[in-house]
Amino acid sequence: MLRIFQFLYRVRAFFLFAFLEFLAIWMIVANNSPQGAAFFNSSNEWVGRALKQQADVVQYFSLVDANAALVDENSRLKQELLELQVRPDSMPLVIDSALEANFELKGAYVVANSLRFSQNYLMLSKGSKDGIKPGMGVFNSQGIVGRVKSVSENYAVAFSVLNTNLLISAKIKSSDVFGSVRWDGSTTSEVQLLYVPRHVKASKGDTVISSGFNAVFPEGILIGKISKVEVNKSDPNYLALTVKLSTDFSKLNYVYLVENTRFQELDSLYRQSDLINEY
Amino acid sequence: MNIRNLFSYGFLILILGLVQILFLKNLAVFGHAFGFLYLLGLLILPSTLRTIPLMLIAFCIGFILDIFFQTIGMHAAAATLFAFLKPTWLKVASPTGGFDEAEEPSLGQIGFGRYISYAFPLLFVYCLAFFTADQWGTGGFLGILSKSFFSALFTLLLTLVVQLLFFSRKRSIS
Repeated sequence: MLRIFQFLYRVRAFFLFAFLEFLAIWMIVANNSPQGAAFFNSSNEWVGRALKQQADVVQYFSLVDANAALVDENSRLKQELLELQVRPDSMPLVIDSALEANFELKGAYVVANSLRFSQNYLMLSKGSKDGIKPGMGVFNSQGIVGRVKSVSENYAVAFSVLNTNLLISAKIKSSDVFGSVRWDGSTTSEVQLLYVPRHVKASKGDTVISSGFNAVFPEGILIGKISKVEVNKSDPNYLALTVKLSTDFSKLNYVYLVENTRFQELDSLYRQSDLINEY
Repeated sequence: MNIRNLFSYGFLILILGLVQILFLKNLAVFGHAFGFLYLLGLLILPSTLRTIPLMLIAFCIGFILDIFFQTIGMHAAAATLFAFLKPTWLKVASPTGGFDEAEEPSLGQIGFGRYISYAFPLLFVYCLAFFTADQWGTGGFLGILSKSFFSALFTLLLTLVVQLLFFSRKRSIS
């Protein structure tokens, strides 16, 4: 018996090692599951503050780009507004509740961003205080950016599209064929469009947009353009489509967060009918 | 290890951690080679430090970095492995008879060739563990291997530059 204890005492370093590794791996797994509980929410606060200081300095260097992007977008929105404005001679239309806006938009800026890992996250400058909730979609004027994972009072952490755990429901604009967009972890400017059946005619240059099926993003947010069409090698029933992202992830400044106000309703309906909603 | 040394090590690790978070966070040479400069702080901890405290220190530093990198667990796991292997490897890589008491395995103390043969394999193992955790189930093994190799090389280069620039020859921390 004593020998056993002596032996155990001698390899105590190894036990501690095994324990710490186990702890770390458990944390990795818990942190990486998209639906998993948010980790260290309160520590976001401190981390957020520190990273915000850094971003405040770095942001000055990209102000020109940020302004140019905002001006571009503003002019485009003005244009759309002009087209939408009601002409005085037309009949006033009472908007039905079915057509009421389902989506609420909020703005934020990116405090921290990473692109070099295979699980990349963004930190945003707004949190629960500003009405940000986990599950909101994130996009900017160029296209899709990600999805909020967890929030603290003043900050939010979001999955970047460049995160191999994030699936986004997408469709090819011209043919309305839908699939899922997922990053394969290699090139930061390209994602894969999965589950597009082989009979579909997809060609290089087709636009890929969000499908609106997943209740996170409204329909029609730009994801990118198809850059390569191949047959999936592991499963020949599907095409392997490579999509060139429209968003430049190395230059993220300001983003919009979108909330589907009917998310709860949709989600409970999905649950009722035993469907697992894809995010 | 006296109090003064303790402070200087603490200070060094703090500075290296700040550099890691503020400057090296998004830096990747050719999108491939990462610099984990903070490992210098662990590398030059004296050879008299036992495995258990070393592992606890490494785990804590890794965990703090993880919070900032939003990579919960990855740095911690890799740094723990690093710390677990360090004393053993130091014994293997050291000359017969071992290092003197309280000698620290820094560039100025053990010389260029021995420093590289001591530091590079450890850094490589660290990078291997880190990228395996990062790309679990997604990337190919070759990708992990080449990323690890170049990251270890780049990190080694960074640690050499820092030691040449900021460490005096006689004492490790000026």
